[in-house]
Amino acid sequence: MNIIDRRLNPQGKSLANRQRFLRRAKEQVVKAVRDASGKRGIQDIENGEKVTIAAGGVREPSFHRASQGGVRDYVVPGNKEYVEGDTIQRPDGGGGGRGSEGSADGEGEDEFRFVLSRDEFLDIFLEDLELPDLVKQKVKQSESHTLTRAGYSVSGSPANLNLVRTMRNSLSRRIALKRPKRDEIREMEELLREAEESGEDAEQIQALREQLERIVLRSRRIPFIDPIDVRYNRFETVPKPIAQAVMFCLMDVSGSMTEHMKDLAKRFFMLLYLFLKRRYRSVDIVFIRHTHEAKEVDEETFFYSTETGGTVVSTALEEMQKVVQERYPHNEWNIYAAQASDGDNMSSDNAKSATLLRDAILPMCQYFAYIEVAAEHNMGLSALGRETELWRTYKQVQSPERPLAMRRVRSRREIFPVFRELFSREKAGA
Amino acid sequence: MTAVITRPDALLYDGVEWDYDKIKRVYDAIEHIALKEMGLDVYPNQIEVITAEQMLDAYSSIGMPLMYKHWSFGKHFARDEMMYRKGYRGLAYEIVINSSPCISYIMEENTMTMQTLVIAHAAFGHNHFFKNNQLFQQWTDAEGILDYLEFAKTYIAHCEERYGHAAVERVLDAAHALMSQGVHKYPKKRSDLRTEQRRERERQEYQDQTFNDLWRTVPKTAAGPRPAKSVSERKKLLGLPEENILYFLEKKAPRLEHWQRELLRIVRHISQYFYPQKQTKVMNEGCATYVHYQIMSRLHETGQISEGAFLEFLHSHTSVVFQPEFDDKRFSGLNPYALGFAMMQDIARIAEKPTDEDRQWFPDLAGRGDGMAAVREAWANFRDESFVLQYLSPHLMRKLKLFSVRDDAEDPYLLVDHIHNERGYRDIRKKLARQYDLGYLEPDIQIVDVDLAGDRKLILQHRVTNGVLLDESDAKAVLRHIANLWGYEVQLIEVSAISEAILKEHAVTAPSGIGVG
Repeated sequence: MNIIDRRLNPQGKSLANRQRFLRRAKEQVVKAVRDASGKRGIQDIENGEKVTIAAGGVREPSFHRASQGGVRDYVVPGNKEYVEGDTIQRPDGGGGGRGSEGSADGEGEDEFRFVLSRDEFLDIFLEDLELPDLVKQKVKQSESHTLTRAGYSVSGSPANLNLVRTMRNSLSRRIALKRPKRDEIREMEELLREAEESGEDAEQIQALREQLERIVLRSRRIPFIDPIDVRYNRFETVPKPIAQAVMFCLMDVSGSMTEHMKDLAKRFFMLLYLFLKRRYRSVDIVFIRHTHEAKEVDEETFFYSTETGGTVVSTALEEMQKVVQERYPHNEWNIYAAQASDGDNMSSDNAKSATLLRDAILPMCQYFAYIEVAAEHNMGLSALGRETELWRTYKQVQSPERPLAMRRVRSRREIFPVFRELFSREKAGA
Repeated sequence: MTAVITRPDALLYDGVEWDYDKIKRVYDAIEHIALKEMGLDVYPNQIEVITAEQMLDAYSSIGMPLMYKHWSFGKHFARDEMMYRKGYRGLAYEIVINSSPCISYIMEENTMTMQTLVIAHAAFGHNHFFKNNQLFQQWTDAEGILDYLEFAKTYIAHCEERYGHAAVERVLDAAHALMSQGVHKYPKKRSDLRTEQRRERERQEYQDQTFNDLWRTVPKTAAGPRPAKSVSERKKLLGLPEENILYFLEKKAPRLEHWQRELLRIVRHISQYFYPQKQTKVMNEGCATYVHYQIMSRLHETGQISEGAFLEFLHSHTSVVFQPEFDDKRFSGLNPYALGFAMMQDIARIAEKPTDEDRQWFPDLAGRGDGMAAVREAWANFRDESFVLQYLSPHLMRKLKLFSVRDDAEDPYLLVDHIHNERGYRDIRKKLARQYDLGYLEPDIQIVDVDLAGDRKLILQHRVTNGVLLDESDAKAVLRHIANLWGYEVQLIEVSAISEAILKEHAVTAPSGIGVG
């Protein structure tokens, strides 16, 4: 009997099959993932997700009998009161579910459920998206180093001993110096013993003995492994740049913003957060909400507490500027901002907002996205071409060299397309 | 049974933790009982310790240690993994592979008693069955299977590199759909998987050597009407009717390339390898359960395992052979472990302590003594269907309170047509045996005709028994796969086995842009 411990064998033998499966079910998985993303909070969206997909595309069909119709016989255990000739009410589901025939290996299912890992989820979720081509890779000093292989060295710790190199050197040295092999010595000993046993020519025995001594001595003088053979793997430390990013979420929370609008805004922020998280190892989020005055708040307050007041957009921009100056020097941080609003602003504030945006905010941002949310049924005014105050204000600021993007979103369905439009690869390449 | 010198304090192990020494000791003790006292005959054993994760891996590649890559295995893995992680379903304690050496996987988290049980169950019970049952002897090649799978895996990976994932997947999908229709039910020639590998290489080499580009330039003969052969002559030439659809496609499909045929061949061989296992679920599990029960009891009798360990064993044994009754929530058909184990015990009982009824029903078996020899004989010579038909005794039918129900879709009620009484025994036995007859369970589908000189339409026939038709959407999907392989139109006709009347027809048109084109 053999006992083999396989526990240390490489894990994840099924990974390749799993990837094949995901590729196969791609369309459905993508749809399921996008549906699922609607239900989650910003920060926990990136945990794995149980997705349910229609079994259609990944069905494994086979010839098997239908579960309905015809005459079937079953033998079952546990008779209590039945006698021959009794009739039984047909159980729900047409009686196909009883007996060992059942449905062949469960292929009748309409849905297929499984769990996606976090990475798989995000890969699918953010497929084909690219950050605009303006990332500052600011190296933060002394943050992290990684080791990379860099050739061989003659000194090092035993753990880094490179056996192959060492043995190769040893072998070539032994060949070059003609170190007698073990077989040769054995052969010589054999010869000597035979000669001694046969008790022949004493002179020849003497000669053989001397010869043997010589090669034994030689093999002793030339070591099997010499310190000059030994080689170690050499490693070098390489500083690793850390790019860090901060994301500002600005939102108007005045009375005119309905729950629906806030929901739209939340979805957009969520996507942006996820996306940044994929590209940067650490992403800070700053939530700033404003009415006629602006305040930095936590996520919960940001989305769920209500506030009343007028609408002065410039306050939020000022607050953002302040936070940047205090905590996120813009030469060290990649700054992204997303603003959501229903487009209201006090008319007296428009000029100030525009100036702030143009002269202070945009120069320090990687990207500034303005999302104008509208009530779902309220297609009317803006659709007719009447632009909101804020839209008009920002439009003046917009120019090709400024990283400002503006979009209108009316329903949940539009969120993802708009997001994709903003970050799709073609755009980034252009 | 020969007496074993025992000391009451000679416990093989103590406590729940296992280590290699204990396993070795236990293995030797079990081997002694199994070979010397029970007269089992096994392949050399190899026991491999794996983690839960690896067990899941093994699940998804239909229990084999190595397998080619395909998305369907990934699908099963995804589902099993979720079921396991969410706690809907536990994992098997062991997996055993019909190979020589016989590989049994045991999980690291099992207790020592569980490991003992698993070794008795898998490494001796299943192992003996694999080596001695005539079906396995006839159909499977235990020495060659692992090498063959290795070959299959490399070959398919090679094909993927050369012809692309999509093309390979397409063929494998189709082949998988036809897996159940890919076995020879009656032996032709003993297939030796090692020779298979060699032959594939030779075929390839021959093709490479005899390749001559000149043939491409030979003008094609004008497609005029050729002398029509008679239908029966045509069928004979193609070896029709043929129930092994994969075999037929591999040999006769006009538009497949060499490697595509080889893929079909691989799937067919694997399907054939599993064919005996599908036919012997009750016997195989019954054999293993009976063996582990005997061995564990013997270990306990001779004081080699403690009372506590024996109780732990009994706890898991009883849950394995638990048979819920038909009106129980947990009921999902007859449990093969329960039925198999009960029948083995019953055979030993009849051989050793028969009643008058047994003498009447089993004149050859009753009272012949040596129950162990009687069950060994049964293990060697039967499959589930014939085993039930031969050995299910009235005693056991009464014990399980078996009754048979007829479900006719035309009637509003189910009819209890036989119960466990004098009038019903034989019918119940016959019906139960039928439930295990693959030839009856699986639809009888054959390729009946194709006119290679004409439109090349492939015609399949399903002989419908008891009026149960094929599941339509699945049948259609499988036909689409067949059409992909065949390259031309495919038609499936469902005819009544009794009246030969046509009940239903399915047809799938020729795929566009398939194969060589």
